[in-house]
Amino acid sequence: MKMKNDAANEGWSIIIKPKTGLFEVNIAELIKYRDLILLFVKRSFSAQYKQTILGPLWFLISPLLTTVMFTLIFGNIAGFETDGVPQFAFYLCSTAIWQYFSTCLSETSNTFTTNKNIFGKVYFPRLTMPIATVIFSLINFLVVFCAALVTIIVYMIQGANISISYRILLVPVLVLQTALLGLGVGIIISSMTTKYKDLKVLVSFGIQLWMYATPVVYTPSQLPDTLRRIVMLNPVSPIVVNFRYAMMGCGELEITYWIISAFVTLFLLAGGILLFNKVEKTFMDTV
Amino acid sequence: MSNVSQEDIVIKIEGLKKQYQLGVIGGTTLSRELQSWWALKRGKEDPNAVIGKDTRHYGEKFYALNDINLEVRKGETVGIIGSNGAGKSTLLKILSRVTAPTEGIVKMKGRISSMLEVGTGFHPELTGRENIYLNGAILGMSRAEIDKKMDAIIEFSECGQFIDTPVKRYSSGMYVKLAFAVAAHLDAEILVMDEVLAVGDMKFQKKCLGKMGDAATEEGKTVLYVSHNMSTIRQLCSRCIVLNHGQIVYDGDVESAIEVYMDYQASELLTHYDFTDIERPIDHGDAVFLESLTFLNTDKPVYFTSDKVLLNMKWHANARIEGLRFLFQFIFRDGTVVGTMESDAVVDTEPGCSYSGDFELDVSNLVEGAYSIQIDVISINEFGSHTGYDYPYRKVYIEIERGADQKGVNWIRRAWGSVRLNQMVNVKLEESKECPKNDK
Repeated sequence: MKMKNDAANEGWSIIIKPKTGLFEVNIAELIKYRDLILLFVKRSFSAQYKQTILGPLWFLISPLLTTVMFTLIFGNIAGFETDGVPQFAFYLCSTAIWQYFSTCLSETSNTFTTNKNIFGKVYFPRLTMPIATVIFSLINFLVVFCAALVTIIVYMIQGANISISYRILLVPVLVLQTALLGLGVGIIISSMTTKYKDLKVLVSFGIQLWMYATPVVYTPSQLPDTLRRIVMLNPVSPIVVNFRYAMMGCGELEITYWIISAFVTLFLLAGGILLFNKVEKTFMDTV
Repeated sequence: MSNVSQEDIVIKIEGLKKQYQLGVIGGTTLSRELQSWWALKRGKEDPNAVIGKDTRHYGEKFYALNDINLEVRKGETVGIIGSNGAGKSTLLKILSRVTAPTEGIVKMKGRISSMLEVGTGFHPELTGRENIYLNGAILGMSRAEIDKKMDAIIEFSECGQFIDTPVKRYSSGMYVKLAFAVAAHLDAEILVMDEVLAVGDMKFQKKCLGKMGDAATEEGKTVLYVSHNMSTIRQLCSRCIVLNHGQIVYDGDVESAIEVYMDYQASELLTHYDFTDIERPIDHGDAVFLESLTFLNTDKPVYFTSDKVLLNMKWHANARIEGLRFLFQFIFRDGTVVGTMESDAVVDTEPGCSYSGDFELDVSNLVEGAYSIQIDVISINEFGSHTGYDYPYRKVYIEIERGADQKGVNWIRRAWGSVRLNQMVNVKLEESKECPKNDK
């Protein structure tokens, strides 16, 4: 809301105009509200785990069950190739990063619809909400990440063909990219759901389809060349492949497609923020 | 206002308009919208246009706020009143940046804290203390600032004992107290409130009003307050604005503003009321059904205190009731019940019969002003307790003007109420012997 040219402000600290420029995103204000972001994270955490027996351990149940399913169906029944690493470790790593992405996406995509009550009553930078969601999901991810580390170490002790090394330093970069990509796509969808409610339905099965277009249950090396290229253009694919590489040296580091994916991420994030910024001003009138 | 320096002005609103579109907005799905867009592109008719539907009003613009210009100075407490749909809430929503205006500009100095319904952002699972942090942060305070004010907030909220209990176990009163305490201790220069005081007990309401008043007079904060409760407006505000159909129709002192507002409300004075389609309490049964009320011998129900109000009521009975009576509850426009008039037993009704009765009301005790009347149809038993038969949810409006027979003092309703009791009669007077005028 702050005007760019302070000379025109004449000491006014808030100026409300019908429309703000497309690129007037107030990042400074967002930083001022950082305490709020942390409190939102804390709120989600206590809201979800107060009065539960297992508490945050619930974070583990869903990815573990998914991994067991994947190991049974794709590993044992379908007999997919896992680049020579133990199937359980392979699917656990894939699930960990994929689930982080899909939660970021699905949770941020309903920002406006689930928070319309509070958004309709009081002003605060709306972006704090999706950012808090992404950070909260990160806690979730970290628990699964630790479980994956333990699994890999157990397999290493048993003498399986995997190892942890300096490659693991890539993990924070990959996780950050996942968060930004999920956030970007999520807020694009949330901005559009204020007007088109049916996009919400699309999100839930869209994520399902997207998973199969991503090398989560398979390795890209199994695919025919053309299909492989298409799959790797999906911005999540290089993240998943490189995440498995970083965790346990599975397959090879994917460079070219990763760079493309990084650009796509930045593009989607920037586009998402601009769109979100435009919608947040008047969404109360249409939602 | 011209003698005030520009520096004192903390809120400046220029040409503010907010437009809403009538009809359904964005009620379509994406695919249908694409279909319509594609059809229009090719110069064809919109396949989704509804055939035969009157679309003349569809998409018509409606101004919830129409050209608002306003300047508020530092330390003012401004009340905003107006009937439902006058644009009060829209104005506050724009000021608190919940929605953007269509035209015009608002400039403000300092932080603004809005209390549009307190307790938004409270999470039931969090404790009182955690919610104070959360709510404070939502309202724009940093953690350090909240820490500094924590004790004052807890003390003001009167919830100290329960501060580490999840708020889902709070009573609704405690909930509101806590929420108000956070908002009131905010370091914002401008406070915006929308009927926040409607809840909470009287003692707390008083405390809140006091706190808000102090904020304005001692801390130099500016308060904007929207309410339908005229008495809180009177207590808190130094200036009052009346909105009607999105425009400011009055801006000035509180008493005149309230009068202007009431005049707008009273503009619908009817002589005939049809109650047949009006809702009733569901538990009232259908023993008696009040059909209509008509004021007789007048074209507008405006009466002098010296007049007698003549009216006719028609009702239908479905059961036998001994001694049917009517109660007329007189309500002043600020919502206070002034007094109630009861009729004697009118008739013993027979099932299936319709009745029509003329009544005469003595209004000489009512202080001049506009009143609404709520009608209650009852009967009483031998102990005087009553049974209700009909209670149409539609008030009847009349206006009382001061008659020539009233030669007394100019009435101050705020202090003396709305009923002028029968005159005091001096029955005996003695003069002391040393009275100076006796010397002459």
